[in-house]
Parts: sequence; structure tokens; C-alpha cells
Amino acid sequence: MIGVGKPKQYGNVLDKPLSRGRQEVSLSAFAFLFSELVQYNQTQVDNIAELERRLEDAGYAVGARVLELLCHRDKGNRRETRLLGILSFIHSTVWKVLFGKVADSLEKGTEHEDEYMISEKELLVNRFISVPKDMGAFNCGAFVAGIVRGVLDGAGFPAVVTAHFVPIEGQQRPRTTILIKFAEEVLRREARLG
Amino acid sequence: MASTACFVIVSKNDIPIYEAEVGTAPRKEEVAYQHQFILHAALDIVQDLAWTTSAMFLKSVDRFNDLVVSVYVTAGHTRLMLLHDSRNEDGIKSFFQEVHELYIKTLLNPLYLPGSRITSSYFDTKVRALARKYL
Repeated sequence: MIGVGKPKQYGNVLDKPLSRGRQEVSLSAFAFLFSELVQYNQTQVDNIAELERRLEDAGYAVGARVLELLCHRDKGNRRETRLLGILSFIHSTVWKVLFGKVADSLEKGTEHEDEYMISEKELLVNRFISVPKDMGAFNCGAFVAGIVRGVLDGAGFPAVVTAHFVPIEGQQRPRTTILIKFAEEVLRREARLG
Repeated sequence: MASTACFVIVSKNDIPIYEAEVGTAPRKEEVAYQHQFILHAALDIVQDLAWTTSAMFLKSVDRFNDLVVSVYVTAGHTRLMLLHDSRNEDGIKSFFQEVHELYIKTLLNPLYLPGSRITSSYFDTKVRALARKYL
């Protein structure tokens, strides 16, 4: 019979419950959507820096929402006030929800106090993307860098986040590193909080 | 049931994105301005207090005569502030939690710019219904 077993229809989105929903989304559907996003932005810009900035802005919007949603759903309404807390939140919870696994590693930079790196052997968004030689160091991981920046900015830890390819000897494809450089005020506040 | 209650949602950039008088007393013009002033003055205290604890519900942070300001800070540093004269803490906490969920649902809309005013009349209706229920 038609209509039997149909999920309950809600009049307004504000009435729909904030449930977990289906945890998995088709990878090929996402890969298509992401490639269209990159191609669309390519037609709008003249240079690579502008393209990276646009992808980052797209990710920033996602990051701001992911922060609120995950803190409410997965962390039982507890905010992160410390640097290491928010970094491990991104490294495990955010990565697990977005990419299905925790990030490969989280490291503190050796040269500067305010630099941290999240490394991934193969970023999910880069899996089906090949960058032509004439685009130099362009990395579609700028989208993920934008997500991280959105989460950090929303939580009150302003930072400059960029994605880089790091060649590893013995492997054909380079590793991707998300480099996070925190603003001055974050370090000052961390020092003050002790 | 609180007779005076002024509810404001302030975004991370200290811009109010939603305001409502949800008390049962009839609305008086002079008093409304005073309520807004008291809430804005409490923002400084909230900013300092927010970094000392990882809880979201900050209970009462400021007093003015017999009015109390209670604040709930979300993960994205959006502050839900309530100016009231009742002492019903549990009711206020439940009210904040429900409005928080409504706020998240509004935020998930990709066409909603975070930090901009919430103009949905349905959101307004729901907040007032929640205020009647919990406050």
C-alpha cells in the first residue's frame, strides 16, 4: 500500500529531532559533488591562491556548524576551553564523524610555539583528485583546512590553517599535513589560564 | 511563572541576533530599554566567566535590584541570556537547553549566515511557547 512505512513528515525543520541519522554517505556521491565544487570555483578565479581561499571559505561554513552540532551531540554539552582540548576534539571526534576514522597524527611544531600539525596519509577529499603539474603546490585539502579553521574560530581559538603536501620517501603519493598557526591572543590566554 | 523575563541571543561578535520579552507582565516601554541595557552590561562578566569552566550553563552571573541575569554559552560562543526575577533554576536550564537545540537546527541551514539575525517567525513562536512552558 502506498504510504505505509513512510517516515513521519514534519511541518517545519525546527520540529524535526536532531537525531544521529544515517552515519554513512556514499563516497562516490561526495567525490562527484566535491569535484564539481572545485571545477565551479576554477571557472570563477584567475589564480591558485584565490581558488584555495574559496575552498577554504566553503570549509569554514562547514566547520562552524560541525563544532556546534558535535559538541551538542557527542560531547554532552561541554565546551572546550583549552588548546589541547580543542585540538584533540578536532583530531578524533571531528575527523571520525567527517571521514570515518581519527586523523593519523597530531604533532606540535618544533620551531615555533604556536604551530601544530595534523597529518593524514591520504585525505579523503583528495583521493580521487590529481593536480596537474602547472598548478604547482595547489592542494584541495584547503577545504579541510577551512573546516578546521571554522571549528577553531568558532570555539574562540583564531588561527591560520593551511594544507600542505609532504613528500615521504618510499611512498609514491605524498602525505598531507594540515598546519595550524594560532594567533597571539590564544597563546596569551593559554598562559594566563595556566 | 516569571513576571518579567527578557531573553536575548548574542552572537560571538557581540551582536544580538534575537530578542524577545517573554514575561507575563504587560510590556512597558521604559522598562524594556532598561532590560536591554542590563543584559549588555553583563556581557563583560560572561566573557571572563566563559573561559573558566567547560560547562555550558553559567547560572546567574549578575544581579540588578531584584532581577537576575542567567547565561548559557554554546560551543560556538553564542550566548543565550535571560533577565528574570524568578528563582526556578531547573526550569531555566531546561529552557536554555531547548532553545539551544532550536538554535542548532537554525544554524544547520546552509543559507543561514552564522551571526546574522534570526528572522523566522516560527522560531519566535517556538521560543515563546517554551518560555510559557518552562519559565
